[in-house]
Amino acid sequence: MRIPCPYCGERDAHEFSYLGDATLTRPDPAAADAEQAFHDYVYLRDNPAGAHEEWWYHANGCRQWLRVTRDTRTHAISGAAPARKSGEPA
Amino acid sequence: MSATNRNRLSAGGLIDRNQTRGFSFDGTRHRGYAGDTLASALLANGVRLVGRSFKYHRPRGIFSAGAEEPNALVELRTGARREPNTRATVTELYDGLEATSQNRWPSLALDALSLNRFLAPFLGAGFYYKTFMWPAAFWEKVYEPIIRRAAGLGRAALEEDPDHYEKATAFCDVLVIGAGPAGLMAALTAARSGARVILADEDFLPGGGLNAEAGDVDRQPAPAFAAGIAAELASLPNVRVMTRTSVFGVYDGGTYGALERVSDHLAVPAPFQPRQRLWRIVARRAVLAAGATERPIVFGGNDRPGVMLAGAVGTYVQRHAVLPGRNIALFANNDGAWRDMLAAQAAGAHVETIVDVRAEVAPELIAAAQAKGIRVLKGAQVIATHGRTLRSLEVATASGTERIAADTLAVSGGWSPCVHLTCHHGGKPAWNEDIAAFVPGTCPPGLSVAGAAKGILGLGACLRDGAETGAESARALGFTVPAHEVPEVADAAFALTPFWHVEGSKGAAFVDLQNDVTAKDVGIAHKEGFRSVELLKRYTTLGMATDQGRTSNVTGLAIMASLTGASIPETGTTIFRPPYTPVSMGALAGHHRGKDFRPVRLTPTHEWARAQGAVFIETGAWLRAQYFPRAGEKDWLETVTREVTAVRASVGLIDVSTFGKIDLQGRDVGAFLDRVYINGFAALAVGKARYGVMLREDGLVMDDGTTARLSPEHYVMTTTTANAAKVFQHLEFCLQVLWPELDVALSSISEQWAQIAIAGPRARDVLARVADGDVSNAALPFMGAVEGTVMDGVKARLFRLSFSGELGFEIAVPARHGAALAQALMQAGETFGITPYGIEALGVMRIEKGHVSGSELSGQTTAGDLGFGRMASTKKDYIGRTMAARPGLADPDRPAFVGFRPVDLSRRLRAGAHFLNRGAAPETANDQGYMTSVAYSPHLGHWIGLGLITRGPERLGERVRAYDPVRGEEIEVEICAPGFIDPEGVRLRG
Ligand SMILES: [Zn+2]
Repeated sequence: MRIPCPYCGERDAHEFSYLGDATLTRPDPAAADAEQAFHDYVYLRDNPAGAHEEWWYHANGCRQWLRVTRDTRTHAISGAAPARKSGEPA
Repeated sequence: MSATNRNRLSAGGLIDRNQTRGFSFDGTRHRGYAGDTLASALLANGVRLVGRSFKYHRPRGIFSAGAEEPNALVELRTGARREPNTRATVTELYDGLEATSQNRWPSLALDALSLNRFLAPFLGAGFYYKTFMWPAAFWEKVYEPIIRRAAGLGRAALEEDPDHYEKATAFCDVLVIGAGPAGLMAALTAARSGARVILADEDFLPGGGLNAEAGDVDRQPAPAFAAGIAAELASLPNVRVMTRTSVFGVYDGGTYGALERVSDHLAVPAPFQPRQRLWRIVARRAVLAAGATERPIVFGGNDRPGVMLAGAVGTYVQRHAVLPGRNIALFANNDGAWRDMLAAQAAGAHVETIVDVRAEVAPELIAAAQAKGIRVLKGAQVIATHGRTLRSLEVATASGTERIAADTLAVSGGWSPCVHLTCHHGGKPAWNEDIAAFVPGTCPPGLSVAGAAKGILGLGACLRDGAETGAESARALGFTVPAHEVPEVADAAFALTPFWHVEGSKGAAFVDLQNDVTAKDVGIAHKEGFRSVELLKRYTTLGMATDQGRTSNVTGLAIMASLTGASIPETGTTIFRPPYTPVSMGALAGHHRGKDFRPVRLTPTHEWARAQGAVFIETGAWLRAQYFPRAGEKDWLETVTREVTAVRASVGLIDVSTFGKIDLQGRDVGAFLDRVYINGFAALAVGKARYGVMLREDGLVMDDGTTARLSPEHYVMTTTTANAAKVFQHLEFCLQVLWPELDVALSSISEQWAQIAIAGPRARDVLARVADGDVSNAALPFMGAVEGTVMDGVKARLFRLSFSGELGFEIAVPARHGAALAQALMQAGETFGITPYGIEALGVMRIEKGHVSGSELSGQTTAGDLGFGRMASTKKDYIGRTMAARPGLADPDRPAFVGFRPVDLSRRLRAGAHFLNRGAAPETANDQGYMTSVAYSPHLGHWIGLGLITRGPERLGERVRAYDPVRGEEIEVEICAPGFIDPEGVRLRG
């Protein structure tokens, strides 16, 4: 698998580590339902057949976390964007 | 013609008669020529019996002239280089080659186990599942050993492989797989557009089918045409021609796996050359031009040595100038095989009879055959064969049965495109009625198919299709393809009548020659309901041998289809998975074997430690000093005890550079640390360090370590050795994904800084002689952290930290000064008897002091379990806080961290022992926890332990049993506070 790192160019997937679903947001710990929300955040995952946004860390490269869109059926990768949007501290 | 090459034609072929190659087969010496394969050289020397079959030990000969070979598997080389199941048909002949037949005892000609033939009724379809089911105890003791001796292939070498293997990566615009007519043209058109091209072919000679072609191409002999194009390609700077290279797999993102047999054609690899090289080829586009494989017709006795694919007969005659026999007959259902025989006849072979299943054959073919004196039997079928190696055939014609003399029977049932690689992403081949074969279906992205692999049968059409496919691939990448001419070759019509199996023939009729699966076995599978292709395969083992059923899959499918009355595409398709061709374990491992399995990381003081006589141990990827034995010490325990005693009495030093070290800078580092550690860091003063514990988001402990604040916006963190990479990745995630608004920059400095700990009551005296500045208790108090210099101006960071419980310091210097620092400390400490100690002594002292380490940070413990409950802040959120409050993790009955000592102080404790209350039965339900770490304490003079036990801190003084069923031990222990030495911490604050 090849991942188009926005900093390093297209690189082999062996250079990256995988984390999983990138659409999750860390819940508000002060919210009334924080315990349930954190349970879902930590344990519950969808298993979509198709496009999946997921975190990949370019460990043997620029050390950036990337939001990669991968089709789980074909491994086709349609994009990779830095986790940090431009303008934020690097 | 010499006797040793008695079947060799005097002229022609792509062999060099001036370069002889001596070789041996089963100990008999023979001679061949450069350009031979082992198979062609054996045939040239009249060797027709080359092996015994897998199950029934039937005599077998050479069946093909390529990678599809099911029969002619031999052991190549001897000793440590012995390699089983090598296909003689693709083994390039080299001088001194030694080959041995397989599967025979005591000899190839007289095989005792051919008795298996009489066991055939028991070895048929499903025999593994039926015959040997009962009694169950017999399977291991009786059945399996017998079957393993009787059925099987070659023997692997028993010694370590003396050769080495490489891995390499290549990139290109267009990868062309196969250098036959279509592949050569595809590579040429793509290359002329300027695209970077890799042309890979498994043969040692580019050309594919052109090398067995009798006719002319572009006004020159076909092999010369192929050689001309290959030479042009090799001369282009944007082309890499890789011969002896099999592309075996299509992976994601245009990545292809290929095996280059660098030295397989040599007795021993040249100096500094690998045996094989495993390639990862990243290609933007690829053209599969792998050709097609001829398939046989199934009839009684079709496995007798002398029965051979028609195309193989053509290849041996045209390419190797070898006559596979003196009297050739053909059994076919298509025109192509006739033309192969006519060409062979023209080259000097004697073809006596053509048997064709078709009632009607093109009159011009019949006329051509008869003009050469070949007898033609139309609408006829071979029903049996005779002879030890083939002597005669029985042929059924409309007028009856007749016996025909022949020592070679060429067989052709048509051609199957090599669609294998097109299936590697799950694509299913489609049935093509015109050629009665599967052709490529949906291909992996970026892969196009050209020529015979696509189902195009005809040389002229293959040349045109290759050129066009190569051009399209280059154009798709934005290259401009110059006009190109394709040589005209007139293709005769391809006429074939599907025909698979001679029903009512005599004797065993083999579908899968390598796995000894007969047409009857397919019938049994049908009768017993194993009709789906996947069940048929597994029940009969059809197509599951090392040849992956290249010559048998479609035929097996066709026979099943005729039994069920369904069409072939309705019955199923054959799906191929990587690898296309066997890949040795050595090639897959590459240089990652033994001590080279992964890189070894050495500490900056490694050479210094070696000079001190250190014994090293692997900890993760690191090699660390375990202990430093001295002459006269009888075992490691004596050494470690001396080291610990020396530290506690005076001073010692140890390299702790392996800890993860992370540099943190920015306005918000304090806030960031507050969110990743359970305890507060925002208030940490400049010049101070603090111990911290991190959780995972699921509430369990991830790691511990210290973080020091060197200046208002500059911090350095240490992690455990094992978790260095994990913690860094976690912190980057927190920063980039969770809280990008924080002004923090991280950098791993583990490699850049050497760090040495000195500990013991004399530690400050030693440090004072090395440091350039003040290291008094006032200047560097407990948990102090300052920047300064040591050894007259070497930049340094000084931390007053202690893992051992003694007065301790850690001194960090740029890694290149690490060894010098160790030497300077040794010199400074000489008058105090400074002692280098290893990680064993470090471990003993941390257990004496009651610190947690890797055994307790097991990924299953909470902060509360480890006694850090009160450290956890209640005033802030941090990673893992919410989940740590889950009832299961907050349960007061959870095993918690305490110390243990044996009631009988002479007893040794064992890590891993489980705790049981007194009187409780040793059952899981009564499990109270387990011992995590133990050590012999020189300070106390007996064994001590740390562990996790239910409600531990509430049970100090209670006696329980440490039960160790693995070692068969059970001893009584007393629960105590974790901290066997100086629990008030007077020493480390001294
Ligand atoms: Zn990158």
